[in-house]
Amino acid sequence: MSGAPTVRIQREDFDIAAEIAKLTEGRADIGAVVSFSGLCRDEQGRLSALELEHYPGMAEAEIGRIAAEAVQRWPLQGLTVIHRHGKIAPGENIVLVVAASAHRQAAFEAANFLMDFLKSRAPFWKKEHRVDGSDGGWVEAKDADDQAAARWTQSQAD
Amino acid sequence: MTTRLIYFAWVRERIGKPEEDVELPAGIETVADLLRWLKSRGEEYEHALQYPDVIRVAINQEHVEHREKIAGAREIALFPPMTGG
Repeated sequence: MSGAPTVRIQREDFDIAAEIAKLTEGRADIGAVVSFSGLCRDEQGRLSALELEHYPGMAEAEIGRIAAEAVQRWPLQGLTVIHRHGKIAPGENIVLVVAASAHRQAAFEAANFLMDFLKSRAPFWKKEHRVDGSDGGWVEAKDADDQAAARWTQSQAD
Repeated sequence: MTTRLIYFAWVRERIGKPEEDVELPAGIETVADLLRWLKSRGEEYEHALQYPDVIRVAINQEHVEHREKIAGAREIALFPPMTGG
């Protein structure tokens, strides 16, 4: 990949179409773009917001390390990762991964890989705010997310 | 040597502060030693570090295992398993 992946940690929202355009503009060698966006759910109307705490500095560094590994593993022509922090309302964006490649398989797999590792290794923590005004507490990490990340190392060992 | 400790999420809430500078006593060699020592510093630490196995640790902004040596660490962060994405 020419140039480093774009990694941004920001409070404000992002524009998915604009981020895709930034990767593809003026190029004719990209045949596939996969974008994943993660949104805040309202959990059946229970949730009024998620508050995302992060470790400034390490969040950028860790996502940068994961993105650099994706670039090593797949032939990518472009890669953008944006993760928001602060208070996020149901329906709003939380995270965006855009992977561009000559062919679809690399773009699909790289985006999937990025999300699996973001979930278990990027230093972010979600706190729930409930509609009734109470503090819903910190979201618990799921074993399923660790297992999803582990399968990428297992398949390499097979 | 002074080491900066940084806490996040419920580790921060239970300890009651986001960060502090500490002088580590002699004999604290690994992350596991550090967690054991911190836990003995008062009930807020005891509450935060009750189950040390679940605590994730980063030295100088990189994930490490509990057996990692902490010599030379400027910044050590303690936090729960991550829930981003």
